[in-house]
Amino acid sequence: MSPGPHPVPGPAGTPDAPASSRHGQGPVLAAVSVGGAVGAVARYAAGLWWPTPAGTFPWTTFVVNVVGCAAIGVLMVLVLEVRKPHPLWRPFLGTGVLGGFTTFSTYAVDIQRLVDRGRAAVAVAYLGATLLAAMAAVWAATTLTRRLHPMPAPQAAEAGP
Amino acid sequence: MNWLLVVLGAMVGAPLRYLTDRAMQAGQARTDAVLPWGTFTVNVLGSLVLGLLTGAAAAGATSSHVQVLVGTGFCGALTTYSTFSYETLRLYETGNRWSAAANVAVTLAAGLAAAFAGAGLADAFWG
Repeated sequence: MSPGPHPVPGPAGTPDAPASSRHGQGPVLAAVSVGGAVGAVARYAAGLWWPTPAGTFPWTTFVVNVVGCAAIGVLMVLVLEVRKPHPLWRPFLGTGVLGGFTTFSTYAVDIQRLVDRGRAAVAVAYLGATLLAAMAAVWAATTLTRRLHPMPAPQAAEAGP
Repeated sequence: MNWLLVVLGAMVGAPLRYLTDRAMQAGQARTDAVLPWGTFTVNVLGSLVLGLLTGAAAAGATSSHVQVLVGTGFCGALTTYSTFSYETLRLYETGNRWSAAANVAVTLAAGLAAAFAGAGLADAFWG
């Protein structure tokens, strides 16, 4: 996890940086809102298709969060380092879809519920496994995406006249 | 019906996360070492609300429709794991390794404390 040759994309590189200051907040808020709905519906569908019995390791939320972390790694490298897409793609996909797809509240409350049911060992395993897998996913995704889309080499500085 | 409730909750939760992040960033210095307090705030608040709601549901005090609207839709979209992990990675990559570790520690500690506090409040109200 060493810093790569790529420049740092803006302050802390958050996915929530304003897409454009020229058009106001309206289009960005709409993109985030619609994207958030798409992501949340996908998460809800995953929970219906693969329900996790109470008191067991919450595999569905685990997979949703890890997949979302890998996807944001790919997205942010493409958006910030490879090409300049339309300014609404980043709030729609990053803040909206992936922010709405992944969830921290269900993660925290599932841990609380497991502890409440006397499944502290499962709770601790879930807490640690999600954190490690999420960080590994976002790191691996950014690293692989940078390898597949190398930045053009910076032009060598000319020697003095 | 439930699908619509998820959509409605998420269409409020996701932009509220965006606006919270913008408001928090406007109030803090533009340095790379600073922790992403916007994401921290929405994750802790969402965990508190979902803890309260889940406790209320366990006590039979809310309907399944409210759980889907507020829990799955609103709280799920208000909170995020992808931005949390990405911002932590950025802190690490920009050389702020202690800030990255601190972001993980304070987010997990406060998020879990909020979930437990929400469940405790629900127990006090409806237990």
